[in-house]
Order: sequence, then structure tokens, then C-alpha cells
Amino acid sequence: MTRISVTVDGVRYDDDVQPRTLLVHHLREQLGKVGTVVGCDTSNCGSCTVLMAGESVKSCTVLAVQADGLEVTTVEGLAGSGGELHPVQQAFHDRHALQCGFCTPGMIMAAVDLLAENPDPTDAEIREGLEGNLCRCTGYQNIVRAVHDAAATIRASGTPEPASVADGPMPGTPQGAPATPSEAPPVPAEALPRPVP
Amino acid sequence: MTIMEERPATEVGAARRRKEDARLITGRTMWTENITLPGMLHLAILRSPMAHARITRVDTSAALREPGVVAAFSGADVADVQGSLPCAWPVTEDMLLPDHPPLAVDEVRHVGEAVAVVVARDRPSAVDALAAIEVDYEPLPVVTEMPDALAEGATLVHADKGSNKAYTWVYDSGETGAGESTDTMFADAEVIIKRRYVQQRLIPAFMEPRSVVVDPTGDQHTIWSATQIPHILRFLLAVVTGTPEHKVRVVAPDVGGGFGGKLQVTGDEIITFLAAQRVGKPVKYTESRSDSIISAHHGRDQIQDLELAAKRDGTVLGLRVKLLANMGAYMGLVAPGVPLLGAFMYNAIYKFPSYRFECSGVFTNTTITDAYRGAGRPEATYAIERIMDELAVEVGLDPIEVRRRNWIRHEEFPFNTVAGLTYDSGNYEAATDKAMSLFGYDELRREQAARREAGDPVQLGIGVSTYTEMCGLAPSRVLGALRYGAGGWESATVRVLPTGKIEVVTGTSPHGQGHETAWSQIVADQLGVAFEDVEVLHGDTRTSHKGLDTYGSRSLAVGGFALVNACVRVVDKAKPIAAHLLECDVSDLEFKGGAFRVRGAPSDAAGKTIADCSLAVFAAHDLPDGVEATLDAEATYDPANFSFPHGTHLCATEVDTETGAVTIRSYVAVDDVGRVINPMIVEGQVHGGVAQGIAQALFEEAVYDEEGNLLTGTFVDYTPPSSADLPDIVSDRTETPAPDHPLGTKGVGEAGTIASTPAVVNAIVDALRPYGVDDIRMPCTPERVWRAIQGGDRS
Repeated sequence: MTRISVTVDGVRYDDDVQPRTLLVHHLREQLGKVGTVVGCDTSNCGSCTVLMAGESVKSCTVLAVQADGLEVTTVEGLAGSGGELHPVQQAFHDRHALQCGFCTPGMIMAAVDLLAENPDPTDAEIREGLEGNLCRCTGYQNIVRAVHDAAATIRASGTPEPASVADGPMPGTPQGAPATPSEAPPVPAEALPRPVP
Repeated sequence: MTIMEERPATEVGAARRRKEDARLITGRTMWTENITLPGMLHLAILRSPMAHARITRVDTSAALREPGVVAAFSGADVADVQGSLPCAWPVTEDMLLPDHPPLAVDEVRHVGEAVAVVVARDRPSAVDALAAIEVDYEPLPVVTEMPDALAEGATLVHADKGSNKAYTWVYDSGETGAGESTDTMFADAEVIIKRRYVQQRLIPAFMEPRSVVVDPTGDQHTIWSATQIPHILRFLLAVVTGTPEHKVRVVAPDVGGGFGGKLQVTGDEIITFLAAQRVGKPVKYTESRSDSIISAHHGRDQIQDLELAAKRDGTVLGLRVKLLANMGAYMGLVAPGVPLLGAFMYNAIYKFPSYRFECSGVFTNTTITDAYRGAGRPEATYAIERIMDELAVEVGLDPIEVRRRNWIRHEEFPFNTVAGLTYDSGNYEAATDKAMSLFGYDELRREQAARREAGDPVQLGIGVSTYTEMCGLAPSRVLGALRYGAGGWESATVRVLPTGKIEVVTGTSPHGQGHETAWSQIVADQLGVAFEDVEVLHGDTRTSHKGLDTYGSRSLAVGGFALVNACVRVVDKAKPIAAHLLECDVSDLEFKGGAFRVRGAPSDAAGKTIADCSLAVFAAHDLPDGVEATLDAEATYDPANFSFPHGTHLCATEVDTETGAVTIRSYVAVDDVGRVINPMIVEGQVHGGVAQGIAQALFEEAVYDEEGNLLTGTFVDYTPPSSADLPDIVSDRTETPAPDHPLGTKGVGEAGTIASTPAVVNAIVDALRPYGVDDIRMPCTPERVWRAIQGGDRS
């Protein structure tokens, strides 16, 4: 077991994990972050996408130990502390960009990252940018519309940061101990496989 | 949700944003896999690597010694209690129906069949311990292709059944009297076109893997399952395991897509149920995607031989269809009936005078097939719409013109079809005209001609698909006549709470369709309450004991009807109470705009709302004599007929004749699904349906090798399209209300999938007519398209 410290949606968690534990399993099974889901076992579907150190990763392709010392944002930490939706969440709702909603957490997180990199994407850039996230319900058309809407909202307001990172933890969530330097990971970070974006 | 919307004049017809979204976009969801219970254990399943083999030994003892393992057992250990997985649709009296044990006992018949299980304290321990189970297999010969399975001396999937042909089902309009005999009509034919079309095997690929949690600790054993059919599951779980029905509670919590793929009573559900009972603790099983692809039922997989007889002017005289349908290694829940749902649809929107359909179900050493979005109807629509294009070419007509010459005109409804159905309504002319105008049909034909003339290496193709479908499954008497094992009614209960808030209990079981939103809209109008004041409850047999669940575009067409009836009963029950409160006679009252008022009174006159009545009922201090102190009402509705949505889809493809690459340039869908409750949801259903139909045309195919290994066992090899693979489409509607439905609705869940596959393939073939191409087998990959261009190699 390896001791890791990961800040998820603004809350710091210190845990012992098996070296083989995937980040998504750590999030779901140890931290109760079940808003992030697993849709495949080959890193094709993107349902498990979260932000790690501000960049989107498929959390089934990251070992929990790779997240040691880093900040992770899941779909559960995207809304503001008062419950106000992130522009991408709001746009998905307004544009009917989800049906069953299973791919939605990953799709939203991938879209947040896409817009951080490209605040004013074209249709084609959105479609290529979200290529790693599968949706079986919508045919993607309304997702593309939603991402355009969110881009416009974010450009107008200038707040692309996930609220939980900017504002601290959601109310009512347990507070972790003050941040201390975490233990070194057992394997040098560069020796680990790179997370698939 | 903090969005404010202006309240629409009527909720029905408004593009209400969905209630469901609040939890789905914030990750506050209740997927089955999210459920954790005190002391819960995890189950892992060992699956057969062999497509056909005798099991000579299973030893689970070493697995039991692995850390954290609580139990391990094989099919032999539960042979006397596990029962046989049910098939609810024995389509003929003599259909072969082999035993289908949840855990294989003596023999495995497809790769992925469950052989043994481990129950352990956590999932990694359970999965790790599978490696310690020893199984000896004695390989048997394998048959995966239907023609091989039907050949003389073929390897038998079930030796004791004596044949791989499970059944043959025939419909003949000459025999039923719904039309002429095809023999008579074919004798007069000036043109006869024969074609074979192949419906490749598809995988439903719902995004949420199936998951099941069983809690055996209460008096009622509770099973949570990612299923489309909690009510059917409860009934059949009782039948299969012998557990009394009232001792089983089934819950379908948030369910992440189904598309027919979760219309099944699965071995995994039964195995987890048995395991939980054996260990006396809650047990969870969640499949991996690879497990899902290899063991959850597949769809399509038919070989269709068609003969179309016509006159030189394009008028069709008759159609003969001979179908082989691959059942896989066993019979799925409704698998034998899937081709029958297509049998009534081959005549489509046309006035064919004669029709004969013959279908055989065939066993092979492959994963079972069963319902996948459209279930039989996409296959039928594909075949007829493909061959109508061939007829157009043969007689030298535009494909739309050949359809016009054969379709039912709007003034001819209701129309009795050659397949024995009565189409209640439709307007094919209007939908086609609208689609052609949105598409720019004539302009695109001119461009096509110019590019052909110029020898453009990228050719333009135009694909036409006109369709109707039978929705609203289904009139129970018809199902009975077709030997289906259940009815087709649906149930709804409206509970009026003391403060006037409403709880709706529906027997439908949504998994992405937005019933919570649409049902709220219906109730808001019917009872004059706010959209926000309606809560829709579903999918838990403790609250919703009665229902037949969600599939076959039935929920609104049948369940919506039941819901309206329940609302009407609430109003009827409230009326004497309102009369009492208003001190008038019941016969003087009318219910309008959400309030009871004396007939003819101005709309701002004092009235009594449902909430006024519900509070009066709650207090019950001053009810009229003999009036029961409740407004709650229940209704069960059994439809008298199917509903028949229809539409016209047009697709333009650019086909690169040098590389075989196909690009969809534009796609127009005009669908007539009757009256619409929520146009936003309807458009979403069309988008998603069209995407799945395009996926069959261009991308997806489940492939087996000769040994019965599934070569497309992960999302790396089986490739549902991504955002980069699909086009934007134009979706519009015409509206011909269903005449016998109080809301005029018809159903939309499968329309897009049914219409789009032939539209796309017709467009590709149309682009390549100058190259002598008259068919390309699906999926039309660049390689297949290129080969077809090179020399008419159709496969």
C-alpha cells in the first residue's frame, strides 16, 4: 500500500492505496465520488474523464498514485459553492445535450478542458476535441450546440475556472487537514504511463 | 435548477428542459453500480473461452482458499435451483426451446457463457480468484454462420434438439385474406427483382454497463438492476427461481441507456440473486465493457432474400421475403419474435396487393441476439427501401416517384394493409414534400448530374428512405395471437398529496427518454397544476407494482394514455367535493384552466382547484356523504391498435471513388410522430436514432472468426461513432395526430434508427450507379466501397 494525498473537488484526502489502483476506482470506491463513472475497460469511452492538475484525463488510465499531490476536479465539484451551475453544465441542460446521462460527467469535464484550451472553437474543433468521449444517446449534435453556448457564456463572463477550485470546497463537505508535503510516490512519475488525454 | 421559464399556455407542446438533468449533470446519480450496502460482497464471473465444448471438470476449491473469497461455485453446484433463462415468445407451437442455464452445467455453446463465479469481500479479490478456478473443456465442433448451420449434417448447437432450425414462421396474404396470393400476382409481373441483403450483427452498446445488486437480508429480497424491465424481471425472477413474487422487490434506479439491450432477463441477474441467497449478504456484480460486449445480447444478424414483382410503370404487384434470423446459442427473452415485428412492416407505406413472409430462426455458437433499437422494423425497412430503389432504377423512375406510385395516399386512411394491420393515419405526401424542400432535392439532383458528367472523382449520392413503423407495443390480444407470453397494457397512478402536489407512479421504466419531464407536462395540463409540482416515480416495484416497462416506443403511446385516464379519474373524484365546497350541483360544474367553476362563469370567478379539493379530502371534516376521502386514481390501458409514426429521410453523401471514403454531406429527417408533448425531447430522440442508424450503415459490425471467437470484443474493435464521425442533421416534423389517442401521440424512440440506415446506404449506392454498383454490404467501410467500385465485389 502506498500513502497518497489527493485534493478532490477542493477537499484533501490522505489514503493508503494499492499501487495498481486506478484513479477512477480510488475516486469511486474510497472517496465516494460516484458521480464519475466507468463505461469501458479500454480507455475508449471517456465516461471517467476528470481534471487532474487542471487538464482532462481519463481516470481509468491514471493510477491513483499518479494523482498524489495533485488537485482533481470531478463533475461533482464543478458547480459553485452556492449550487450555481458551471456554464458547461448549464448549457448541457439548456441544449438537451444528454439523455441517459451516463456519459455526461465525462463529456462535461472534457468540454471544460476543451474550452480552457480553445475558448472559441468551431464545430469541427468541438467534434474533434470531444472525439475521445462516446455518447450513445444524443448523436452529439446537441452536445456541440451546448459547448458553443458554454463558450459564449464563459467568454462573456471570463470565468472558465471550475468553481470548486476557485472557491474552495462545497459547503457541508468534510475539511481535510491543512496541506502538508505528501510522501514521494513509490515509482518515479516519469516511469509511469502517461495519462491518455 | 435555477432557470426561470415563462409558463407556457399549455405544458403539452412546450420545449420544457428536463427535470432529470439536475442530477445527471452534477453527478448526483443513482446508477446501480453506485449502490453500496452494509457488508456487501462482490461477484466475479468466469466466462467460457470456448465457443462449443463439453465441460468435463470444474474445480473451485483453490479459488476458495484465495484471500477474501467467501464463496465460489459452478453451474453444477446450482443446477437444481438456477432454473432456465426465460424466453417469453415461442412464436410457433413446435419451436425448439433449449434449456438456457444461467451458469453452464455440462456444455458451453458460445464464447462468454458464464461457467463459474467467485464471491469476495471486494471486486479485485473476486476477479483475482477467478484465475484459481480450474475448468477442463473438451472442444466440440463450432458453427457460427447461418447457412452452415442449416446445411445437411451441420454441427448441432443443441445435439438433443436434432436441428439448428428453431422455428419457421410464415405469413401469406393469400392465406389470411388480407391480400392476393403472391403466386397469382407474380404471374402478371413485368419486372421481378431479386436481392439478398445482410443485416450485420450489431451490439447495442448502452453506455452504462449492466450492473446488479441483490440484498437478501430483508423479508423482501431486493434486486437493483440496470434494466429496462423491472416489472417483467420481477415476474420472471419468481418464475425462474421459484421465489414467491411477493418476496421479491425489483428496482431499476437511474439506468444509463438500453436501446433494447437491457430488455432481457440475464444470467447475471439470476446468478447474483442465487449468490446473495447462498451467502446471506448483499452481493454486487457489474460487468466490464468486454464482458458486456461478449455476453449481453446482440442485435440484427439476419439474411434477407427478397423478390419484388412489379409492372413497368413501377406499380408493385407483390413481395416475397425469406428471412434467416440468427438467434445465437440460445433463445433470448423476445428473440424469436423480433423478426415478426419486421414481418408486418415489409410492405411499409405501400399498397402492395400481395405479400408472403417466411422466417426461420437459427441456432449458432454465438452470443444470443435479441431486441436492438427498432427490433425487426429497421431490418424490414432497410430491405424494402433498398429494393424500392432497385425498382426505380429498373423502370427508370426517380426513387421518390416510384414510392409515390405505390404509397397510401393521405385520404385513404384508415388503411388495411396486406400484412393484416390497420394503419390509422398518416400523410406521406406532406412529410416527403417537406423533406424534399428542406433538402433541396432537385438542386442536388442537378449537381449530381453535373458531377457525373464531369467525371468528378468524388461523386454525389442521394438516398431516400420513407418509412412507417408499428409503435405502442402493443394490443394484448394481438400479442396473444402471436403467442407472446405477456400483454401490452400499461398502468399509471396519480396520487394527490394534501398540499396539492402530485405524485405520478408509472409502469414505464425510462432510461434516458425523459419520462419525468414529459409525464409532468401531461399531468400539469390535465390537472391544472404546476409542472414543478409533479413528481414522477418509476422503476421500483415497491412504489410501482404494476407495469410492462419501456421498449418498442410504447411508453407515451400506451403509458401516456393510461396517465391521461388516471388524471380524468382524479378530476371525476374531485368534482363532487368541489361542488360541495362551492355549494352548487355537480352537474353545474366544469373543470377548466385548472379549476372547477360553475359552467359559463367568467374565468376569474371563484373556483376550486385540485389542491383545494385535496386539502378538503385530507381534513375530511366536511365531505359530502358517501364520498371517499381520497383523490388518488389508477388506470390501466390496453391499446386497441398499434400507432404508426412515419416520415421521410433524405441523405446526401460524397463518395470518394479513389479511396472509398464516404462523407455525409447533408441529412434531412422529417418525422410525423403525431402530436408532440416536448419537441426538444422528440428532436433528441431523432438525433440519437439517426446516429445509431448511420452507425449500422457505416461503422459497426460484430465479427466472429470460424472458431466462434468474437473479434470485436472491446470498444477498440467494435466502434460506436464518436462526435468526429457524425454529421449535424436537419430534423423537422409534420403532425398527423393519432386519431384514437387522447393526446394524439404516436411514439418516436425508434424512428430515426429505422429510417436512417437505408437512407445512407441508398445514397452511397446512388453515388456509385455509374460504376455498376447496385449494393454494398454494411457497414459500408472505405474498403468495401472501394472494392465495390473496383468490380462489383459486394462483400
